[in-house]
Amino acid sequence: MNPVPLNPISEKLLRTVAGYTGQFKGAYNIRQDSGCAGRRSTDAVRIVPLPQGKPGIEIHVAPGARDETVYIPATVTRGDVHDLTYNDFYIGEGARVAIVAGCGVHTDDAGEARHNGVHRFFVGRGAQVRYEEKHIGQGAGRGKRRIDPVSEIYLEEDAHMTMDTVQLSGVDATDRVTTATLRSRAVLVVRERLMTTADQVARTRFDVVLEGADAGCDLVSRSVARGRSRQEFYSRIVGRERCHGHSACDAIIADEAVVTAAPHLDALSPEAALIHEAAIGKIAGEQILKLRTLGLTEEEAEAKIVEGFLK
Amino acid sequence: MLELRNVTWSLPDGEVIIDDLTLSIPEGRLSVVTGPNGGGKTTLAKLIAGLVKPTSGQILLGSRDITELDVTQRARLGISYGFQTPVRFKGLTVQGLLETAAGRALSFEEMCELTGKVGLCTMDYIDRDVDASLSGGEIKRVEIASVLARGTQVSIFDEPEAGIDLWSFNGLVDVFSALKQRGMTMVIISHQQRLLDIADEIIVISSGQLRVQGARDRVMPGLLAGEIAGHCPADRKVGA
Repeated sequence: MNPVPLNPISEKLLRTVAGYTGQFKGAYNIRQDSGCAGRRSTDAVRIVPLPQGKPGIEIHVAPGARDETVYIPATVTRGDVHDLTYNDFYIGEGARVAIVAGCGVHTDDAGEARHNGVHRFFVGRGAQVRYEEKHIGQGAGRGKRRIDPVSEIYLEEDAHMTMDTVQLSGVDATDRVTTATLRSRAVLVVRERLMTTADQVARTRFDVVLEGADAGCDLVSRSVARGRSRQEFYSRIVGRERCHGHSACDAIIADEAVVTAAPHLDALSPEAALIHEAAIGKIAGEQILKLRTLGLTEEEAEAKIVEGFLK
Repeated sequence: MLELRNVTWSLPDGEVIIDDLTLSIPEGRLSVVTGPNGGGKTTLAKLIAGLVKPTSGQILLGSRDITELDVTQRARLGISYGFQTPVRFKGLTVQGLLETAAGRALSFEEMCELTGKVGLCTMDYIDRDVDASLSGGEIKRVEIASVLARGTQVSIFDEPEAGIDLWSFNGLVDVFSALKQRGMTMVIISHQQRLLDIADEIIVISSGQLRVQGARDRVMPGLLAGEIAGHCPADRKVGA
């Protein structure tokens, strides 16, 4: 492996999306314009290329690893780059690990800058994973900035995974697909925050199968749609056994934006407890009024409400 | 001093809610506004805070005409308003709301002092969202704390007792008494005798008009007599 040097655009993006401070502590793999700009394994986390020249890496976290953090950020720093990568995570039994997977796309020309990351998570029994993903689009070019993440999650018995995803600005189009299969007593928690403006388009799809007894999931998506942007939220939870599943889509809509929310629940057992909540609406006038009585202007009040909502 | 001069406020269909009301609220005193339901008390509070604008008439704060000032401008001038039905926010924490109200970051000790005044333990609430997870009583206390956090010269509370249990209410009465000692101008909309008991001034509003206004010692006997006799002193005209 001969790493390509990290360019200044990448460095700036990494600071925003992955907490880069000039270095990463722990294991990491930095992907830049489809190349590798740095990689390090540790005793507990081994990062290796995928076999047979397929783009991407395998990340192996040792069983019982404690409080490891793995950074796998990706950047696209110019137009006419369509970066496709496959990252396979193998999390050993009882391991406790945080994965930071930010992505930034930048174009200063008319070419499209696109990142397409396909992540597969094989989470061993009793392991605990915290997955953080921040997306951002930047650059002055007319070219589109696209990020289309795919996450396939397999949680073994008693495994626990939290996904915390944020996309707040600059991404023209995103199509996010998350599928998960949970064994007994496994738990998946998803917190998604999304803001679209101008003509941006965002689509989110969740498909979760609660296969084992007492498995549980809690999917919460909060979004703000402004300008002429469009958002679509689809979620499907299947409960095969005694289990509990909850999904909530909460959207603030403004201007000429359009938001679609379509929940889908399949209970295949009388013991499956499945709930979906969806609420779409503009910022409540009384919320703005309350903050104005505290001395904020209408604009400041709106910003405060959105900031809290997407916190 | 807060002054309303010939203020009228009507619904779009022409129904008059506040009817040519002229009223002076003394500075640095606790005035309790009472009267029958639907008599215009909450509208009076909203007129002062700027949530609604008079159809006609003038509102003055000191010597300044604030009739045309909006909610934000009045808030910045030093008028605070505690909602009768508090507003809920997804994602805004109790600490976030109180810091917004105070206009600055609050230390843990300051948070404790503020929430303690309304009977809430900071440890339990500092990170809680001001959303549907709070009970009616809890959010009402947070609402009152948000007014206290501002520490403005004029504070209006619309039925602060609503939804608060007796134990907490006792504490709240003490808070209002303490604020009174500090010389803050307070207007409390209330039917609660405990609050009427600590008022400097009692104002009775009915059918959008001022019926009685005066020192507590002078007005209270009439209110109590009216209660025993089964009729409301609001039926009387000013000066009667």
